[in-house]
Amino acid sequence: MEPVIFLVFAVFAVVCGILVVTQTHPISSALSLIGVMGSLAVIYLMLGAQFIAAAQVIVYAGSIMVLFIFVIMLLNEGQERKTRGSRIARLLGAPLLMALLGIVSYVIYRAFPPALNVQFGRFTGGTAEALGKALFTTYLWPFEITSVLVLIAIVGAVVLGYKELD
Amino acid sequence: MNFYLLAIIKAAVVLGVLMVSLLYIQLVERKVIAHIQVRLGPYRVGPHGLLQPIADTIKLLTKEDLLPPGVHRFYYILAPFLAITLSLISISVIPFGPEISAAGVSTYMQLTDLNIGVIFVLAISSLTVYGVVLAGWSSNSKYPLLGALRSSAQMIGYELPLGMAVASVLLLSNSLSLRAIVNGQSRFYGGFFPAWNLFRGPFPQVFSFLIFLVAVFAETNRVPFDLPEAESELVAGFHTEYSSMKFAGFFMAEYANMITVTCMATTLFLGGWLPLWPARYGSNYLPAAVFAFFGAIALYHGFHPAHDRDRWSLKAFGLILWAIAAVFLIPAVQAILLPLFWFLAKTGILLLTFIWVRGTLPRFRYDQLMRFAWSFLFPAAVVNLLITGLAVALV
Repeated sequence: MEPVIFLVFAVFAVVCGILVVTQTHPISSALSLIGVMGSLAVIYLMLGAQFIAAAQVIVYAGSIMVLFIFVIMLLNEGQERKTRGSRIARLLGAPLLMALLGIVSYVIYRAFPPALNVQFGRFTGGTAEALGKALFTTYLWPFEITSVLVLIAIVGAVVLGYKELD
Repeated sequence: MNFYLLAIIKAAVVLGVLMVSLLYIQLVERKVIAHIQVRLGPYRVGPHGLLQPIADTIKLLTKEDLLPPGVHRFYYILAPFLAITLSLISISVIPFGPEISAAGVSTYMQLTDLNIGVIFVLAISSLTVYGVVLAGWSSNSKYPLLGALRSSAQMIGYELPLGMAVASVLLLSNSLSLRAIVNGQSRFYGGFFPAWNLFRGPFPQVFSFLIFLVAVFAETNRVPFDLPEAESELVAGFHTEYSSMKFAGFFMAEYANMITVTCMATTLFLGGWLPLWPARYGSNYLPAAVFAFFGAIALYHGFHPAHDRDRWSLKAFGLILWAIAAVFLIPAVQAILLPLFWFLAKTGILLLTFIWVRGTLPRFRYDQLMRFAWSFLFPAAVVNLLITGLAVALV
């Protein structure tokens, strides 16, 4: 059962990923991106990372992409016009892409052991309890520093926004 | 019994009950609002308008399904499906009752218990905005687009206080599984007063309950926060261009969302299926007493009818209610019916509150709505979360 589910959602993620680039309408691209994030969430879930899966849906699919779509709708972007593209890209694009994919998958295959569960350093397991414990004990400093960074980014955005208004 | 067979039976039962309640909650809403406004409401189809929802469904099914020119066809058709699907999914983790056993099979009165149940519901509710946004955008029309923009801003704004209110409940409950959250509220203070999260020490969650209620009013686009479909400014908001079953889809999605959030409020704050006071003080007899009381009222009015047509219908209602009361006294089915009664009673009272508020309050202005979310509700939720955290840490 599990390989089937993995295959379905992996294929769905890849197809949606390709659609993000090939679709000509910005809203269609954004919706394909939501498809990618949703299927990634399912794959996280299969790895046992329940909390990350839910957070993926809430934060990325639920909030960030809503903002994207909001902005696209506000600006009322239309269909984008396709150019012919350069000749070199058309000739070398596919082989180079294949080479890149090959290298990436080889490196992943060699570098990472076939783990069934989430692993990060000495941390394993993906339940909300395990994750919370790790975040607030082992990884307390990185976690707090990241949150301060995010706060700085928010304050910066507000300051920039006020400047625009003046 | 076979796991799959059991799961299919449970899903079918829950879906059936949900669909019927979706049909009838609109009748209840129209009736209650009619009585608030000193009218009678639907009265013609069936006794006291009881068949009105079925007539409405038939009407919507047989209407012409218009596809306006210039719409983005794929997203225009996708949007109502998305709305109704996402609004129905969350019900799968709601626990309606404890473990029951019938005919040698024991099962929980819940479709599935996820150990991230609360976050699952939040995740699904964060996706519900797409149905509205896609509908508004793909309609290729000004009013739906404005409605969709309002809706997405409002849903993002009110999701934060909602999440914070839920988080402070989680601090008390120590679990993300909805079944465990209900089980954690099963004690009674002094053997009598229920330890629901609403009243539970060290810091009763009264404020987060109120914040939760306000936020879900906004999340479900209900009055006084129904700006996305404000008919005086936006015709019908995001579903202006929809007709027939697609319109019905949005309609059903709105009511399904209402049912889901009231079920969540019951589970998180009001102790789910647990009784208001312990069984040894006779809480098991309350359902029978309630039904018998309303049966007696119906019978009294049946014998002193205000309208001629009530002479038989009200007597029949009274006898049906007395029959239900008698069923609640049979010990064999009490284990199944009592938790259901308490759960449905709490959920029903919350749903009535939704309808009551709709009949009472006028609509907010848009800037008031956003200012209220960001400069009052969100800080209040954060303060409540901090105080709860402090109280839990100290005790």
